[in-house]
Amino acid sequence: MNIVVCLKQVPKKDSILRIAADGKWIDDRDLSYEMSEADAYALEEALRQKEKHGGEVIVICMGPERVRQSIKEALAKGADRAIHLYDEAFDHASDAAGIGRALAAALKDEKFDLVFTGLQSDDYGFAQVGLVIAERLGLSSATIAMEVQPEEGGVRVKRELESGWFQWVKIPLPALLTIQSGINQLRYATLKGIMAAKKKELREVKAADLGLTADDLKPAQVIERAYLPLKSKQTEMIEGKPAEAAAKLVEKLRFDARVL
Amino acid sequence: MSEGILLFIEQRDGVLNRTSLEAMVAAQRMAAETGDKVSAVVLGRDVSAVATEVAGKKLEAVYTVTDDKLASYTPDGYVAALKQAIEQLSPRYVILSHTYRVRDFAPILASTMGKTFVTDCLCFRVEGGETVFTRQIFQGKINTDVRVQAEAPVFASFQAGSYRADLAEAGEQPAPIKPLEVEMEGVRLRTEPEAAFQETKQAVDLTQAPLIVAVGRGIKSQENLSIVQELAEAMGAEIAASRPICDNEWLPMDRQIGSSGQTVAPKLYLAVGISGAIQHVVGMKNSQTIVAINKDPEAPIFDLADYGIVGDLFEIVPALTAEVRKAKGE
Repeated sequence: MNIVVCLKQVPKKDSILRIAADGKWIDDRDLSYEMSEADAYALEEALRQKEKHGGEVIVICMGPERVRQSIKEALAKGADRAIHLYDEAFDHASDAAGIGRALAAALKDEKFDLVFTGLQSDDYGFAQVGLVIAERLGLSSATIAMEVQPEEGGVRVKRELESGWFQWVKIPLPALLTIQSGINQLRYATLKGIMAAKKKELREVKAADLGLTADDLKPAQVIERAYLPLKSKQTEMIEGKPAEAAAKLVEKLRFDARVL
Repeated sequence: MSEGILLFIEQRDGVLNRTSLEAMVAAQRMAAETGDKVSAVVLGRDVSAVATEVAGKKLEAVYTVTDDKLASYTPDGYVAALKQAIEQLSPRYVILSHTYRVRDFAPILASTMGKTFVTDCLCFRVEGGETVFTRQIFQGKINTDVRVQAEAPVFASFQAGSYRADLAEAGEQPAPIKPLEVEMEGVRLRTEPEAAFQETKQAVDLTQAPLIVAVGRGIKSQENLSIVQELAEAMGAEIAASRPICDNEWLPMDRQIGSSGQTVAPKLYLAVGISGAIQHVVGMKNSQTIVAINKDPEAPIFDLADYGIVGDLFEIVPALTAEVRKAKGE
């Protein structure tokens, strides 16, 4: 069972985000980064499947030099090798179609049974790239997977539906699954793993290697303005030391909001 | 020449998904600005009841696509049927609600047609004939206005709760229901779906609770939950949680609020250590009074809170419990 995991690196969850001077993106100076949460679960699921069924886990990641940190983390946790889409041309791929096209092109000649992605990234949150890869490579697919059971000729997947409902579906291989956060418990890399990762293959791929130009990756969707959400409500912020703030809040809830 | 707006209507076992009506409001408002007409399309084996229900709304037509291969939802079936429907109708826009089912097939549909798909939009505006969509990034922390430069049709899905279903305009007379002929003979359905099920019978019905204290990632560990439980007890509130808490099994899944859990609108919703990721917010944003306690002053939860306290929940929550007890004369 060979499994490809698509990883994305995003600003850390607790980052304080500010708008960039041009008003079109966040100010990315002084940010720390990490693996997008759902992708970390996708990686963990792939490692667990490999431990049960054998095979190889290949991680693929697109982005600037900094994403190597996440690639190395994946290798240290147990992935066997990595592909890094590393080229200025990939900076143009900023919508799901462009990113999916580049990743699909890079995977076209790989031998795999399954491709895992997180269900959506913590930055753009398109929830599309995985399925674009599936469509371009003709893979069967299932999204928002909560359990993965390889079976003869296919894979049985427990999909999450809305409002506490679930459904098992069976699809043939090769298949792409988008993995829900929380499907498993994440592992930490061990020192041994970190040492072993240094010897693992990390292949760099340029756009030209895939026969792609910056023009091919030009987005159809362009962010023309990024801004902090307008408040939908007037929020009354309650200041003071914990005991004071608590007393004020209880008073407000009793006498102004009348909900206590 | 592409014209008109095609609205995807979602149904399961003949029951209309309410969020399709929310998307209908988006489509009707878009039509009001662009001068386009809205038509709806519904897929299934027998969709007459849903089609009739939807036909009461202000629509140009309700198109039905029926086939045995559409009896149960599969991505292959839906993609094949909708692709043909869209090719026959050649709309300028295809509007959908951003449901789990739409997330499962619509990206494949858009990709196979070579079209762009703007997902999870909050709203839109029309500017010089072009439509600019607003969608959130970084899990609701930042809004973006997205301009689309692509050939029609443009696909756009709207987030649950972005429009109010009860504002869907009714028609003066019922819209005509028109069956569309599509070729499904050669379509292979790769997915074998089993029956949908619920994991556990929901023991707790949070939708009926007037007071809810909800806890999120900020609580850090299961042992710390007791301080929140004490607060809930003092208030006489039900305890609820955001997804990570239930994923870690610190609280059972029937306590989960949000898109994959319960949707509630209590008198008071007190969110402790919850940042307000959109998946959580859709489950509680209609609460009457919302209080947020969080260490991060930029947490999106403060955008919908009536009252907010920025600070360390480990100090504030016990202080709050003491004050509630005092107020109740205990």
